[in-house]
Amino acid sequence: MVAERYKTAFTLYPYEPVVAAQGGAVTRHPVVIIGGGPVGLALALDLGRRGTPALVLDDHEGAGLGSKAICFAKRTLDIATRLGAGAPMLEKGVVWNVGKVFYGDGKLFEFDLLPEEGHRNPAFINLQQPYFEKYLVDAIRVAQAQGAPIEIRGRNRVTSVTPATDRTTLEIETPDGPYRLEADWVVACDGARSPTRDMLGLSFDGRVFEDNFLIADVRMKADFPTERWFWFEPPFENAGQSALLHKQPDDIWRIDFQLGWDIDREAELEPDRIRARVDAMLSSQTGAVPEYSLEWTSIYTFQCRRMEHFRHGRIFFAGDSAHQVSPFGARGANSGVQDAENLAWKLDLVAKGQVSDTLLDTYASERAFAADENILNSSRATDFMTPKTEISQIFRNAVLDLAAHAPFARPLVNSGRLSVPCVYDGFPLFGEDALGGPDRTRPGSACCDAPVEDGFLLDHLDGRFTLLALGGDAPEVAADEGVDLHVVHLPRVSRELRDRYLGDAPSAIYLIRPDQHVVARWPEFDHARVREALEQSLGRTLT
Amino acid sequence: MSVMREPNIDDPDGFYQELLTAHNGLSKADSDALNARLILVLANHIGDRAVLRAALALAQSGPSET
Ligand SMILES: Cc1cc2nc3c(=O)[nH]c(=O)nc-3n(C[C@H](O)[C@H](O)[C@H](O)COP(=O)(O)OP(=O)(O)OC[C@H]3O[C@@H](n4cnc5c(N)ncnc54)[C@H](O)[C@@H]3O)c2cc1C
Repeated sequence: MVAERYKTAFTLYPYEPVVAAQGGAVTRHPVVIIGGGPVGLALALDLGRRGTPALVLDDHEGAGLGSKAICFAKRTLDIATRLGAGAPMLEKGVVWNVGKVFYGDGKLFEFDLLPEEGHRNPAFINLQQPYFEKYLVDAIRVAQAQGAPIEIRGRNRVTSVTPATDRTTLEIETPDGPYRLEADWVVACDGARSPTRDMLGLSFDGRVFEDNFLIADVRMKADFPTERWFWFEPPFENAGQSALLHKQPDDIWRIDFQLGWDIDREAELEPDRIRARVDAMLSSQTGAVPEYSLEWTSIYTFQCRRMEHFRHGRIFFAGDSAHQVSPFGARGANSGVQDAENLAWKLDLVAKGQVSDTLLDTYASERAFAADENILNSSRATDFMTPKTEISQIFRNAVLDLAAHAPFARPLVNSGRLSVPCVYDGFPLFGEDALGGPDRTRPGSACCDAPVEDGFLLDHLDGRFTLLALGGDAPEVAADEGVDLHVVHLPRVSRELRDRYLGDAPSAIYLIRPDQHVVARWPEFDHARVREALEQSLGRTLT
Repeated sequence: MSVMREPNIDDPDGFYQELLTAHNGLSKADSDALNARLILVLANHIGDRAVLRAALALAQSGPSET
C-alpha cells in the first residue's frame, strides 16, 4: 500500500499499474527522479526536452494542498519560460510593486519596486505552489506529445535505494505491490524530509530558528490593494512579533503571524483563535472586518541547513532535499528550480556520453555555493525579524525608529531579500572577461533579459550553448564544435541591451551556457579563445 | 583604509558634555536605544565599509592594544 501522507490540491499524475515492471525483468532507466515537486518536475521537463529519458516517481498523485511557496522570482519565471511553462504562470500570478512596512501603530515607509523596463518577466509573481506544479505538468504533457521521453508515475513510493558503482537499484511500493528498477543516475528531489537522504544515512545540518509562524490563507472579496504589508511588532492583539499580508490569485491572501517559540500549537490552530487574530489585522487598516473564509492554516518552524555534498556517486540531491531555508526572501522553490536547471544540461550531456561525468561534480559545487548564499540571506532576515539577544533587539528597534524619518535606515530594514540568482564568480567552468563590460553580465552571472528586435534576448538563449554576438559581424564557427553551439547575431543593439551587455564597448561576443549563465566574453570574435572557453565550460579541462 | 586614531574633535570637553547631556534623565533602555541610533547615524555618515571595519576593530581591541 502507499499511504496518503497529505491531501492534494490537484490530481496531476494518477496512479497507473506499472505492467512491465511488476513481476517482469528489472528495467534500467537513464535518469530516475525521486519526487515530483517543483524541482523534480522542472528537472524532468528540462531533461526530456533535451531528449534524455526521465522517469519521475512520486508517492502522491499531484501537488500537495496547503500553504507553501507563493513568491516566484524572475529567474524562476525565466527558466519556466524557456521550458514552455512560463506563460500560464504569468497569466495567473499576481504582480505587485508596492510594499508598506509598519512598526507598531505607525507606517514606517512605503516602497515601489519600480521594476526595470525591458524584461519579459516581472521581478516576481505571487502564485500558489500547486498552480506552479500544475503548469509544469501541463508543459510536460505538451513535451510528451512532441516526443519528449518523460514519464511520471504517481503513487510510486521509493522504499529503498541501493547504490553500486555502475547503477542504483530502487525498490518501489505501489497500490499493486512492490517492484524494482535500476537507474544510471538518480536525482533525489524528495523534499526537506528526504527519505533518500535518510536511507543513505546522510546528514542534514544547520540551524533551527526557535520560532513558530502561523500561516493562514484566507479568501476574501474585500477591496484591499495589491500590496505587500509587513508589520514589525504589530499593534493588533495577539499578533506576535511580526505579521505579513500578501495577495495571491483567486482572492486568496497569505497572512503570517510570528508567534514565538513557547506556544501551544493545538490551541493556536483553533479556528476561533485564528479568526480573532485575522479580524484584528484586517480591521486595523480599514476599521471594519471584511467577510472572509479560512482556506488553510498551519504552523511552521523554520530552519536553515544543507547537506555537505549534493552528489554521492550516481545519486544527486536537488531542492529542499539538499538545502532548506526559512521562507523570508522566497528562496526555497526558487533556488530549487535553479538546481534543476544547473543539473539538467550537465546530466543530459553525460547521459549522452558527450562529456565525462566529472562535469557533474560542478553541479554540486556550484549549487552548494548558491545554497550558502541563500542560507546567509535567509538567516540575516530571520535574525532581523527575531532578534536573538538584548543588544540585537536594541539595534533592530533603532533601525526601525530611524527608518520612519531617516531614509538611510530603510535599506537596513530586513523582512526578506528577494531571491536573485547567484553569480558563480571564480568557479572552474567560467572563463575570461576580456570585454570588461557591465558588472551584472560578467562571467558567472545569469543573463538578464533585454528587448531585441523580435522580442526578448532570453528567447534566443534556448537551452543550447550560445555564442551571442552583439553588434559587429556574425562569428563563423565550425559545424561541429564538440557540442551543439548555437550562434545568435544581433547587429542592432537596443539601448537596454547596450547598457546591460556592452557598456562603452561597440560590440561584444558572449559565450553562454545552456542555463543562461555567462561563460566568458570578449570585445571581438576569436575562434581559438571561444573554443578554449567552450572546452573549459564542458569540464574538459578539469583535473 | 584605516580609521583615525589621532584627536579630530574641536573642543573635546564640549563634545563630551553634549554626548552625556543627550543621555540626561534617560532610563537605561532609552539610553541604550539612543546609543544604537547614534551609532547607526554615524556609521551611515562614514559609509566607507573599510573605515567602518577598522572602527569596529579599534573599538573591539582591549585597552592594552590601543
Ligand atoms: C510556508 C512556506 C512558504 C514558502 N514560501 C516560498 C516562497 O514564497 N517561494 C519559494 O521559492 N519557496 C517557498 N517555500 C519553499 C518551497 O515550498 C519549497 O522549497 C519547495 O516545495 C521545494 O520543492 P522540492 O521539489 O524540492 O520538494 P517538495 O515540494 O517537498 O516535493 C517533494 C516531493 O517528493 C515526494 N516524495 C517524498 N518522499 C518520496 C518517496 N519516498 N517516494 C516518492 N516520492 C516521494 C513528495 O510527495 C513530494 O511530492 C515555502 C515553504 C513554506 C513551508
